[in-house]
Amino acid sequence: MRVTQGTFSFLPDLTDEQISKQVKYILDNGWAAAVEFTDDPHPRNTYWEMWGHPMFDLRDPAGVLLEVNACRKAYPQHYIRVNAFDATNGIESLKLSFIVNRPDEEPGFNLHRTEGPGRSIIYTTHSYAAQKPAGSRYG
Amino acid sequence: MGKQLDAAERYRAGVLEYKQMGYWEPDYRPKDTDVICVFRITPQDGVDPIEAAAAIAGESSTATWTVVWTDRLTACEKYRAKCYQVDPVPNTGPDAGTDPQYFAYVAYDLDLFEEGSIANMTASIIGNIFGFKPLKALRLEDMRIPVGYMKTFQGPATGIVVERERLDKYGRPVLGATVKPKLGLSGRNYGRVVYEALKGGLDFTKDDENINSQPFMHWRDRYLYCMEAVNRAQAMTGEVKGTYLNVTAATMEDMYERAEFARDLGSVIIMIDLVIGYTAIQSMAKWARRNDMILHLHRAGHSTYTRQKTHGVAFRVIAKWMRMAGVDHIHAGTVVGKLEGDPNTVAGIYDVCRDTFNEKNLPHGIFFDQDWASLKRMMPVASGGIHAGQMHQLVHYLGEDVVLQFGGGTIGHPMGIEAGANANRVALEAMILARNEGRDYLAEGPRILQDAAKHCKPLEAALDTWKDVTFDYASTDTPDFVPLETVTV
Repeated sequence: MRVTQGTFSFLPDLTDEQISKQVKYILDNGWAAAVEFTDDPHPRNTYWEMWGHPMFDLRDPAGVLLEVNACRKAYPQHYIRVNAFDATNGIESLKLSFIVNRPDEEPGFNLHRTEGPGRSIIYTTHSYAAQKPAGSRYG
Repeated sequence: MGKQLDAAERYRAGVLEYKQMGYWEPDYRPKDTDVICVFRITPQDGVDPIEAAAAIAGESSTATWTVVWTDRLTACEKYRAKCYQVDPVPNTGPDAGTDPQYFAYVAYDLDLFEEGSIANMTASIIGNIFGFKPLKALRLEDMRIPVGYMKTFQGPATGIVVERERLDKYGRPVLGATVKPKLGLSGRNYGRVVYEALKGGLDFTKDDENINSQPFMHWRDRYLYCMEAVNRAQAMTGEVKGTYLNVTAATMEDMYERAEFARDLGSVIIMIDLVIGYTAIQSMAKWARRNDMILHLHRAGHSTYTRQKTHGVAFRVIAKWMRMAGVDHIHAGTVVGKLEGDPNTVAGIYDVCRDTFNEKNLPHGIFFDQDWASLKRMMPVASGGIHAGQMHQLVHYLGEDVVLQFGGGTIGHPMGIEAGANANRVALEAMILARNEGRDYLAEGPRILQDAAKHCKPLEAALDTWKDVTFDYASTDTPDFVPLETVTV
């Protein structure tokens, strides 16, 4: 399966050139780019590990791509995403978030059902990969 | 101006013109704390427009048809609404082949209104005047709500920013589809449509306005099958998914029961119809805030009073009231789809939904500056007759903070529902990628879609099937304004 979180997961994996253009869009808008990685792709896993702080003062897309590639080198079989933080009042949140690296094999999720009263069911989503300890989940 | 009367003359029993009773004050300067309305009035033949406008102010505040001495027990000057400006509407009158129409500006003191109550505010402002005999027609075009009053309303339960954070979806419009056929599917069959559409790439599916609890599918059955579909689709994609469970019902008790069941099943969103009424909407908005629920509003019924230019309430006003009342989603027009929607009018409505401050913008039908006092921003929804082949136009006209709902455009896809959803998502992501890269995506749109279709068969099929479908009819609801000449230095 293919985890389709992020803004561009339905397109073929972005090339470095395409990533640079998106980063340029982020920086041209005055947002801060940040690199994050995880080996737990649960849809409600909000806090991926930070590859350093958001790069508030960085204005050159090449610098961000450098960090993406360093993170890829350290975690080639993790999910890695680029986030854009907008500090404008009334937003103060993410404006873009897209995956730039993913494991070769994505085993997907098990949907666990617990029958409740009436016909109601409590659903729990488990990542097959996350059943292994953190750090040894993919490859 | 009405002839100045001394107190004895003014309060002598009998009938006076409204403009003599203090409801026409051309020298009045509205206070920052006043509620201001602009009405489009069409007086009966021979009726003085100033008197008609004063009557609107009178009947929507303190006046009745005759003088009453009990006014003198009150600070009546303060409580009288004051019409302070009447302008002819551009392009109306005999030369334009229409009845003469006028924009009448009326100011209301803050003390006329109960805090946080749409019902109270609207009972004054639209309660009594729309059937008034001296007028052929009357339309509430726009309102300015003072900050002090705005702050007494909860506003959207969730708001655009928090909705996106909960859904983990950023940087692109959210995608949805209304389940079709809207009537007749059993719960089990209905859930199939939900599952296929969500698995294929949509973020949301939606009950239609008239799906409540009918013989072919009772509400509990629908909710149970829909949540199975949502959770299965989440597991298949690793993405947060949702389906708007319509909780519209006959009584508040029924609606709370349905909303609680939706919450207990883990739904992230519920929906209501505009026809449940303003008070019910505010109650559900408060419930939604207490229960971490996104609240979708389907504007069922609005065209009965929003569409005709001369009579009713403009939709931009309804949108304002609904943002104050506290809904998170509101259907607000598509420009290119099958339902009414002049591009400028729709742009004005979207600004009302999404901006923290609206600047006066007559070409967009916005008559006043409006400070939203940090009420959360409301997500507009574009639904009705849109398809993947229009993606460049949709992104251009509607921007990023919008739910694009492709019902027929998903379920009617020749390769099936999942493929239809897939086509829409790929088209959208390709368009956003191109926009962010700085390309002229509006002009290059068809090209961008064709290129994206090279790696997506379903998109190719969608483009082939609907390539020439447009809904190009004249709009009935367009702004009337005099274009100002731009002074260039």
